[in-house]
Amino acid sequence: MAASDTAKKTVSLEVFRYRPDQEDEPTFQTYEVPYKEDWVVLDALNYVKDTLDGTLSYRWSCRMGVCGSCGMMVNGEPKLTCSAFLRDYYPNPIRIEPLTYFPVIRDLIINMDDFMNKLTDVQAWLQPKEEKPVSEGEYLQTPAELAHYKQYTMCINCMLCYSACPVYGRHPSFMGPAAIALAQRYNLDSRDGAADQRAEVIFTHDGIWGCTFVGDCSRVCPKHVDPAGAIQQAKVTATQDWYKSLLMPKQK
Amino acid sequence: MAKSNEPIWWSMFSAGGVMSAFFVPALIVITAIAVPAGWISAEGLRELVQHPITRIFLFVVIALSLFHWAHRFKFAMEDLGLKQLGRFLDIFCYGSAIVITIIAAAKLVTL
Amino acid sequence: MANKQPTRAGKDYVRTVPNTWWLKKKTYALFMVRELTCIFVGGYALFLLALVSRAGDEAAFEALLRTPLLIALQIIALPMVLYHSITWINLTPKVMVVFRGEDKVSPALIAGVNYVAWAVVSGVILWIACCKG
Repeated sequence: MAASDTAKKTVSLEVFRYRPDQEDEPTFQTYEVPYKEDWVVLDALNYVKDTLDGTLSYRWSCRMGVCGSCGMMVNGEPKLTCSAFLRDYYPNPIRIEPLTYFPVIRDLIINMDDFMNKLTDVQAWLQPKEEKPVSEGEYLQTPAELAHYKQYTMCINCMLCYSACPVYGRHPSFMGPAAIALAQRYNLDSRDGAADQRAEVIFTHDGIWGCTFVGDCSRVCPKHVDPAGAIQQAKVTATQDWYKSLLMPKQK
Repeated sequence: MAKSNEPIWWSMFSAGGVMSAFFVPALIVITAIAVPAGWISAEGLRELVQHPITRIFLFVVIALSLFHWAHRFKFAMEDLGLKQLGRFLDIFCYGSAIVITIIAAAKLVTL
Repeated sequence: MANKQPTRAGKDYVRTVPNTWWLKKKTYALFMVRELTCIFVGGYALFLLALVSRAGDEAAFEALLRTPLLIALQIIALPMVLYHSITWINLTPKVMVVFRGEDKVSPALIAGVNYVAWAVVSGVILWIACCKG
C-alpha cells in the first residue's frame, strides 16, 4: 500500500427509519460506510448494523439473488440490495427506503401479508389433471411443454414488481404482477388442471383487467420473469374464452 | 369476484390499436401533407372516398379507432385521479364510441 | 405448528400515492404519453368522419382539408400517432408469444415482421391515394 494513499473512500447512505414505538412519522438517517469495489448495498447495510447502528432493521438471507428477501428502494428504484453494487452509485449518496406501495412495519421492513394472501388466492400450486398413485409413475412432460411455462417458474417472490406497479400502488386490491404470473405458471403447465378455477380469480376486474401494461414490473424483475407478458397473454386467453362461451355456449 | 366482461372492450381496444397503428400515420400524411402540398388532389381523394370499398375501410378505421380511444382514455383518466367519476366515465367513453360509430355507419351508408 | 402473528410495536406506516405519480419516473411518464396518444387517434377518427360526411360536396370536402387549424392539429397528431404505432408494434411480441417446439420465436422477429407489414400497408395506402385518386 502506497504511503500517500491513506484516505479511505466512503459513501453516504441515506436510510429510511421508522420506529412505530417511538415516532408517528418516518425520518432519514445518514451513515458513512466504507466504499469497497465489490460491495453491494446489502454489505453496506450489514456494515451499518454490525458497527454503526445495531437498531437498523431489514430483511435479507441468501445474499446471492435467489431468495427474494432483500428487496428495497435504492435511489427510488426497486432492487435486490444484494445485487446492487456500490460502484454503480459511488461517489453519490445512496438513498435506501422500504419497498414502495407496501405498508412499513419498521425501518426497511414492509408488511407483505397482502402478497402472501394473493398467492393463496390464485392457488399458486400444482393441481394435477388426474391424481395418479405413485405406483403409476411420474407425471410426464415434454421439453416443449416445459418451455411454455418455464420462464414463469423463475419468480423468487421478491415483490420488486409490486413496487414498480402504479396500479397496485393506487389500488392495493389489484392482484399484481407476480401473483398473476404465478397463476399463469400453473395454468400453462401441462400437468395442471385448475386453469378454470384460477380463471374465476384472475379473469376479473382486480385481476388481469386491472393491468394497463405499464410494463415497469418486467423491467425491474431480477429474474426476467416478464410478468407483464404473462398478464397480456392471460388477457388473450380470457378474451378467447369469453368469445367462445358467447358464440358456442355449449362447448367447453 | 365474478369473471369480468372486460374482453368485449379490450378486444375492440386491441383491434382499434392495430388499425390505428397500421393505417392512421399514412392517412395523416395524405390529409395533412400530401393534399395541402398539392401532391394529391382533393377532388381525386373525394372520388376515392366515395368508392364502396374505401367507405367500408374508413368505417372500420373510424369505428375501431374510437373504441381504442374510449378504452385507453377511460383508464388514463382513472390513472390521473378521476376514478371518482367511475360509472360516468364508462358511459361517457364507451357511449361516445358507440354513438359516433352509429353516426359514422349512417354517414357512410348514405354517401 | 400454528402461525403465530408477531406482536407489532405500533401502526404500519402507509405511504400515499399522489395523482402525480406518473411524473416521478421516466418510464411512468413515457407510459402516460403512450396512453394519451389515444386522444390523437380518437381526434383523427373524428376528422376522418367529418371528411367522409362531406364527400358528396366538392367545395366543403376541399375546404375541410384546407383548414389551417386542422392541418396544424394533424401535424401535431402525426408524431403522437407514430409513437402509438411504434410502442404498439414493440409490445406485440409480449402479447403474441409463438413457440416452435421448445423454442420461443424471437420477439425481435415478431416485431420486425410487424414493422415490415406496417411499411407495406402504408406504402399501399399512399400508392392508392396518389395513383388511383
